[in-house]
Amino acid sequence: MRDKAPWNIKRELLTKSEDETDPKYGCRPEERQYPDIVRFGIINLDKPSGPSSHEVTAWVKRILGIEHAGHGGTLEPAIYLGLWAWRSQSDRRSTRSLRGGN
Amino acid sequence: MTGVLPVALEEATKVIQALLVAGKEYVGVMKLHKDAPEGKVREVFNEFQGKIYQRPPTRASVKKAIRVRTIYYLDILEIEGRNILFKVGCEAGTYIRKLVFDIGRALGCGAHMHELRRIRAGPFTEDKNMVTLHDILYLYDRWREAGDIKMLRKFILPMERALDFMPKIFIRDSAVDAICHGAHLTAPGITHVESGIKPSDKVAVFTLKGEAVALGTAIASTEEILKATHGIMVKTDRVLMPRGIYPKLWK
Repeated sequence: MRDKAPWNIKRELLTKSEDETDPKYGCRPEERQYPDIVRFGIINLDKPSGPSSHEVTAWVKRILGIEHAGHGGTLEPAIYLGLWAWRSQSDRRSTRSLRGGN
Repeated sequence: MTGVLPVALEEATKVIQALLVAGKEYVGVMKLHKDAPEGKVREVFNEFQGKIYQRPPTRASVKKAIRVRTIYYLDILEIEGRNILFKVGCEAGTYIRKLVFDIGRALGCGAHMHELRRIRAGPFTEDKNMVTLHDILYLYDRWREAGDIKMLRKFILPMERALDFMPKIFIRDSAVDAICHGAHLTAPGITHVESGIKPSDKVAVFTLKGEAVALGTAIASTEEILKATHGIMVKTDRVLMPRGIYPKLWK
């Protein structure tokens, strides 16, 4: 049988032993206040097509005025960066060979 | 490429490791280089479901050894001439461009990827809570002007949402701070456990309020955890919650 995608797996919550949580400590994630809402927050961003994932993440950092942000799973294949590096390298190479020809 | 890019803020950057290994879903357009019979196309698409062997593209930043990746599903949404609109659900680290290229080769006609959009990264999808950079700018400004926290809640989700599809284990208040100090989770601290956990599975440890405490590796199965009275059940890999939020009740 084919593997199920993780988002199609249903899990059941089973009780080992009941207990209560003291409202004095911690906070339900949906009820966090500023600045914790930002400190422990994540954004489901629709990445535009132009800039790289790193650039977009840097913009988010700047807009929110925060120190750290990171993205989960780069949205442009490394092949692009590699191709770019390879091309600039081959550009250099061709420049050199042109010079050599001169 | 466009689409779902989860951006974790400040302390929440620690959950990124869970997202990097989470499955992804894409919609793309593949362009065939020659005509191919539709029956053949559908047949080949079927063959590329399940475990596939993939050699990372020659210029990718990882080792070039052939690796196995799981394609959970690969559906044709529409065929129009040589253009094929498809949807794929796959394991992290699958190269879709390469997948399209390999399908083209299997078809014998060659193919390349024309367009690609990610519609899911782990639990984050494009149809739920997705925002643009413009939304962020607008909503953050409104928060700054009026101090209405609802504006922040409109685009910032709790980091816990990143762990929605990880198997979860819930613990007592008294067990929380020890985990925050890097201790492993032992049986007495556990109140609830999700079904289907096997030893060596990656799991997330939560408080009873639903806050993420740590990511870890299960040492025992769900059944064993339910029965156990002592011993380490989860090895802590990554602490997510700062120390001192819950009382220090351990020695």
